Amino acid sequence: MALIELQNVSRAFGKGDERVVAVDTVSFTIEEGDVLCLVGESGCGKSTTGKMVAGLLEPTAGQVLFDGQDIAKMDKQAFQRYRHAVQIIHQDPYASLNPTQTVRQMITRPLLRHKKAKGREGAEAHAVELLEIVDLTPAEDFMNKYPHQLSGGQRQRVSVARALTVEPRFIVADEAVSMVDVSIRVSLLNMLSRLKEEFDVTFLFITHDLALAKYFAWQGRISVMYLGRIVEDGPTQRVVMDPRHPYTQALLAAVPEADPELARRKRRIELRSADIPSLLDLPPGCTFNPRCPYVVTGECDVEVPPLDPIPEGGRVACPVRSSISIQLVEETPGGSVHTDADISQYQPDG
Amino acid sequence: MGSVFLGAVQSMGATLRIMSYNKVGFTGFIAVMLILFMSFIGPFFVPLDTETKVDQIYQTPSAEHWMGTDHQGRDIFSQIVNGGKDVIIVAVVAGALSTFIAVTFGTLAGFAGGRIDAFVVSVTDIVLTIPQLPLLLVLAALIKLNNIVYLGIILGALGWPALLRAVRSQALSLKQRDFVEAARALDLGTTHIIFREIVPNMMTYIIISFALAMTGAIYAQVALVLFGLVPFSGSNWGVMLSLAWVRGAIYFKDSIWYIMMPVAAIVILQLSVVTMTRSLELVFNPRLRSGE
Repeated sequence: MALIELQNVSRAFGKGDERVVAVDTVSFTIEEGDVLCLVGESGCGKSTTGKMVAGLLEPTAGQVLFDGQDIAKMDKQAFQRYRHAVQIIHQDPYASLNPTQTVRQMITRPLLRHKKAKGREGAEAHAVELLEIVDLTPAEDFMNKYPHQLSGGQRQRVSVARALTVEPRFIVADEAVSMVDVSIRVSLLNMLSRLKEEFDVTFLFITHDLALAKYFAWQGRISVMYLGRIVEDGPTQRVVMDPRHPYTQALLAAVPEADPELARRKRRIELRSADIPSLLDLPPGCTFNPRCPYVVTGECDVEVPPLDPIPEGGRVACPVRSSISIQLVEETPGGSVHTDADISQYQPDG
Repeated sequence: MGSVFLGAVQSMGATLRIMSYNKVGFTGFIAVMLILFMSFIGPFFVPLDTETKVDQIYQTPSAEHWMGTDHQGRDIFSQIVNGGKDVIIVAVVAGALSTFIAVTFGTLAGFAGGRIDAFVVSVTDIVLTIPQLPLLLVLAALIKLNNIVYLGIILGALGWPALLRAVRSQALSLKQRDFVEAARALDLGTTHIIFREIVPNMMTYIIISFALAMTGAIYAQVALVLFGLVPFSGSNWGVMLSLAWVRGAIYFKDSIWYIMMPVAAIVILQLSVVTMTRSLELVFNPRLRSGE
């Protein structure tokens, strides 16, 4: 049984002419111990999806299942179990910590409230442990600090430690490293990966940066979202090496390469338009059709393409291109097609 | 028990140290403490001078009468010392009540939204549009205000609308913050979210509003005394001002001390309270502390 399952989940905001469907009939499953990366440009509904998975936002249609149970129909106890099992780490480390609380208060209060530690001293000791897990050492130095005395990366670690107080099984990391200095992203990602391995935490990793998705979820899965719908998903390695949906191809082609040699060999996907359509006025049929280089008039702009499975693994919402493989990087004699160069830009020096 | 007491003393010491980072604010705080001391402890040492002394009318300050004498030859200093208590009690009661109403219902309206919000806001709008002073005048004529606590309650019951609207809009904005969402995800409960996450972020604003509500209550109270709508019971700075006014103090050079002393006392109290908020801001908003 999947840990988290979304069944045709939609979320709309506003009324009448202002009504915007931020997430449109999204379905996916996340198995225990797995990593799912949700990728897409800003405004495509990734964060809204993440919040619905974390139970912080109710879907307007469809169900979110946790351990096979619909969270909207759970009784109080079951919902509390779900609530504690699923935590969220926000994007903005400057907004996710209360400026009036010390690190001690932020960590010990949930511990005491949910009886995860015995008494003040127990909570104190547990808090120190948690801070050490997220590499804030020496932990005692951080206990009395207020958020404004910490750097972005340190704040993000405090957020993670705070989420760990309730011993979650599942963490929604909503752009958790995108507002942190590039130089410390890798160590944050490695810390999150360690939680994945040591504590069996399952991750929904939301990002707009495909290079991060590759680094964090190389063994996991990727779902690509475009204007509220999933257009392609599958094992990360398949999606990255052999993208089928024109939008995924365009995204991958747009990832800047640090290696100029590689950058030269990289194929450019020319979109017909650089503008993302407004959610208030979505094009008919496939929402990518006004930009798609492979558009088939009379087909793509009529019906919303179904998200169909492909034999190579995963699903693609493009009947026109789903069976056609393209090379994003031109082969050079003797050179491998996919190198780790684009990942290595995130490797720490030495 | 001993350790609890020690802990309380320690945290009080820490709070005082934080307050001392702002010199102006700390001066205000000390002045407030001195005024409180003078008004509540002072009367035991300086009894009110009630005896009419025809030969000592309108004297200028001297060693015997530090602030001179009034139209009946009574000592002004003793009246100042004895006249602060009522003013301060009314100001504190009114300020605390209006702040309490504004914070409780403003946060509730902002946080709960929907019908509760609509109801609270419409009641607020109604009270907000009623002109305060005329209403006070009518009320004071209807209700016998010989108990100063009642006066404070009436002033407080009318003084909350503007602050409530401000608190509500802050709560509306704060409840959307990521840290509130994180608290919801951590299942910390509504009480925790309101009192630990949202209200502390409004504390600086609430403190300043409390000071301003006190200021407003002092003025309203003095105005009521001046209009003669609150009985001249005992002696307070408002009554002094009113009597001096009735005696034509602004027309005669002699009575300048009589009218200026209560005015000075009121102004110094107001100024001290308002500047004290600068130090209190430091206590409630850790980001402002530069001394650390």
